[in-house]
Amino acid sequence: MIVVNTEYIPGKKIVAIKGLVQGNTVRAKHVGRDIMASFKNIVGGELKGYTELLVESRREALSRMLSQAQELGANAVVNVRFATSSITAGAAELYVYGTAVTVVDAAPAQG
Amino acid sequence: MHTLIALIAGLGMLVLGFIAGRITESRHLRRLASREQALSGMIQCNLRSLPQGLHVHGSFLVLGSAVIATDYFKTVAAGLRNIFGGEMRSYRSLMSRARREATVRMLEQARENGADIVWNVRYETSTIQGKRSAGGVEILAYGTAVKRS
Repeated sequence: MIVVNTEYIPGKKIVAIKGLVQGNTVRAKHVGRDIMASFKNIVGGELKGYTELLVESRREALSRMLSQAQELGANAVVNVRFATSSITAGAAELYVYGTAVTVVDAAPAQG
Repeated sequence: MHTLIALIAGLGMLVLGFIAGRITESRHLRRLASREQALSGMIQCNLRSLPQGLHVHGSFLVLGSAVIATDYFKTVAAGLRNIFGGEMRSYRSLMSRARREATVRMLEQARENGADIVWNVRYETSTIQGKRSAGGVEILAYGTAVKRS
């Protein structure tokens, strides 16, 4: 499965559009991380716990999107976009969407 | 008496925030500079399509993100700035640090997987709010990595 956030894939030709695919997840941080984070708010610096959590959750949302694409029989997802929104204090929704397509190798000269 | 204790605690946090914040910021900036130096061979752009004649192969998605917290001094400085208006310099440096960090992580992911160009780069910003007003900002950078052929 090829996943890109561009409208086309260099060296490939889109032969069929399978439809919009999406994946989301809502995650909350646990209390320990919140306490660590409020301490970090005094001294500054990176909130590593939050970064990890968001990376993990985004991976989850991506894999949900990919399984949808697989069900549709696509072999690539193009024009992928990410969106993040905080629902309440302490919870965030991570959303990813793209267009599932079928691609084949293009003639080599077209690059 | 209580107000005095609160005042001293507040001042202590302000001083701690100022000193610790300065140290973390300058350390972070130094680290960023050396990592950016190491990545100077990579090309990144936010073009929607690659220029004609540039032959590439092996597209894949790359992501980089960072959550950076403000320090207490910055929060107070920004609060004051909110009264008088004008540019919040303390927060500006915070945002640009977070954005640089996210960019560097994205480029590092691309390089680790053998790519040398990242195109159609997009940035996204969101604020992270904890239950106890633990505030930070998340920057996400993503793009499509390719190898020149």
